[in-house]
Amino acid sequence: MTRFERLRLDGVTRRFGGVDALAGLSLEIRRGEFIALLGPSGCGKSTALNCLAGLLPLSSGSIWRDDTRLDTLPPEKRGFGMVFQNYALFPHMSVQKNVSFGLQMRGVPRAEARRRTADAIRLVHLEEHARKLPGQLSGGQQQRVAIARAVVVEPSLVLMDEPLSNLDAKLRLEMRTEIRRLHQALGLTTVYVTHDQEEALSLADRLVVLRDGRVQQIGSPEEVHTRPVNRHVADFMGYRNLLPGSADGAYTKINNTGVRVKGTPIGSVSDGSPVVAAIRPEDVSLTGDLEATVEVAEYQGREIAAEVRTDDGLVLHVRTGQRHAPGDKVRLGFPPDRLLIFPADAS
Amino acid sequence: MSTATVALRHRLAERGVDTQMLLLVPATVFVVALFIYPFGYGLAVSLQPREGGMLAAYQGFFSDAYQRDTIMTTLWIALPAALLNVAASVPIAYRMRGRFRGKRLLTTVLVVPITLGTVLTAEGLLNFLGPAGWFNRFLLTTGLTDAPIRLTNNYWGVFFSLVITGFPFAFLLVLSYLSGIDPSLERAAATLGAGWRQRFFRITLPLLAPGLATTFCLTFVLAFSVFPSAILVGDPSGSTRVISIAAYEAAYVRYDYAAASAAAIIMGVVELIVIAIVLGLRGLLYTGSTAGGKG
Ligand SMILES: Nc1ncnc2c1ncn2[C@@H]1O[C@H](COP(=O)(O)OP(=O)(O)OP(=O)(O)O)[C@@H](O)[C@H]1O
Ligand SMILES: [Mg+2]
Repeated sequence: MTRFERLRLDGVTRRFGGVDALAGLSLEIRRGEFIALLGPSGCGKSTALNCLAGLLPLSSGSIWRDDTRLDTLPPEKRGFGMVFQNYALFPHMSVQKNVSFGLQMRGVPRAEARRRTADAIRLVHLEEHARKLPGQLSGGQQQRVAIARAVVVEPSLVLMDEPLSNLDAKLRLEMRTEIRRLHQALGLTTVYVTHDQEEALSLADRLVVLRDGRVQQIGSPEEVHTRPVNRHVADFMGYRNLLPGSADGAYTKINNTGVRVKGTPIGSVSDGSPVVAAIRPEDVSLTGDLEATVEVAEYQGREIAAEVRTDDGLVLHVRTGQRHAPGDKVRLGFPPDRLLIFPADAS
Repeated sequence: MSTATVALRHRLAERGVDTQMLLLVPATVFVVALFIYPFGYGLAVSLQPREGGMLAAYQGFFSDAYQRDTIMTTLWIALPAALLNVAASVPIAYRMRGRFRGKRLLTTVLVVPITLGTVLTAEGLLNFLGPAGWFNRFLLTTGLTDAPIRLTNNYWGVFFSLVITGFPFAFLLVLSYLSGIDPSLERAAATLGAGWRQRFFRITLPLLAPGLATTFCLTFVLAFSVFPSAILVGDPSGSTRVISIAAYEAAYVRYDYAAASAAAIIMGVVELIVIAIVLGLRGLLYTGSTAGGKG
């Protein structure tokens, strides 16, 4: 298999009828990395993956595997494995035939193909189902066949398009661990598409956050989680409290209230300019001096998620381990290192 | 409702018997009135010949080589025509399965022959391929041949006419079967290293094959009952004396209704045998879902 040290995407762009579905994606993938493409629905994740796989021609830009130009090669010449969003298992072939298909296409000798197929099927725990047709399998089993089929050829890069999106919560967690385990065990390089930030954070070495076809941020899970570069990434990464306001010296004045908070500016924030103050519900402290009343309380096991309203009408989401009920009075505080201040107009 | 009847209902539903089957009643009535009744009537007429025993009409048909050979003549025209129609539809429909500019126009052009009807087609064929038609005039003036090639009023005339009228049916059917195959299957095969040939023969064709068998049956039936073109562009007393001509002559030339009905029944039985063989072979193929996964 064609191993590579680096796979480089250089300004990869794909237009559909004049609209950029993916605009200027530049990224360098190192061997062995697990990259997650993250973003809301319609942001261009599948487009990016299909461009990489060769299933969509690029409108501009180029893709390089070390010093070989890839974007002019058809998909069958790229040697990547792909797990499709709908699995795309061949319905007329047994699990075994599905898995061995790629080996046959590569002309692997029969005995070796049989051994590697059996290994791959064992890897995804489907030994008893090897002779079944895909239609006779559950969703989770089908998904494991899809993964086995993609990795059995030991591709230099595995592409996965929201492979877990149709599974139930428990199976999703199990398969998530399974995917990470396979990635490490087989030494794969993986590009994984998801709209689930938790999935991306827990799986990936590096995250690529997309919005409207444009890269917003590339960074480690921790960077993206704690230091989103703009309010859109913050919004997507679970900063549920996004409060419009204006910069006022070292403080931020929240619009339509008397509330003044101190936070950490991200990017250039000039005095008096409109800003957005962002903080996660779990980062709002309940030992401050801003008075508020609990309006809605949702039980979530160890914690409750509450919606609270201050006296001048500011609505905030908080999480707390205490058993608050609607009508309770609470006092809120904002730790300055957890409250991020973004310029409001940045897109 | 007692538990016994509920249990019965569930057991029946397991076998596909439920109240929704009532929806089949109109279709069943229609089939009985339009097909079973005439068939039974024809069968009854064929078994009541003017002279001889019950099966005299059938004996008459099979003992007379002039009648008997119409079966082979018809099969000899209908089978190759149906086969060609299906075989030609596959690559064209395969090329056209995606979306592209002008697809609707091209589909329309390919489908127009359906609306022409056999008589117009026959007339066109005579004008185009006849001894004094454009095709032969072209061959003669360019010096490619010294004498006109006979392409009408013989086997080929009927064959061309059947291809022209049968192809659109086959094409439309194959196109719709093809568009029912999940396109991500071929893309998956491509990422696994399969070139277009392997994608077609290993993925698309096996999933399409049951549809091709059905398409073949339909175009075969259309071709088997060929009548107008066998007379207009064929050689109705010789190489294209098809079985429907035999039935027609018995009924309206000899006024032997028993013989005519017998010919019609034999025609139906031959069709049924061919269809049974094709569908039997189809049963050996994978005939399940053509989707690529959950959903
Ligand atoms: N074949 C196409 N023709 C026109 N527009 C398209 C086509 N495919 C995708 N698009 C557009 O490109 C944009 C990105 O689509 P894409 O499928 O990459 O989104 P996505 O991030 O994968 O979303 P999801 O999470 O819902 O799968 C969307 O706005 C979509 O409408
Ligand atoms: Mg998608």
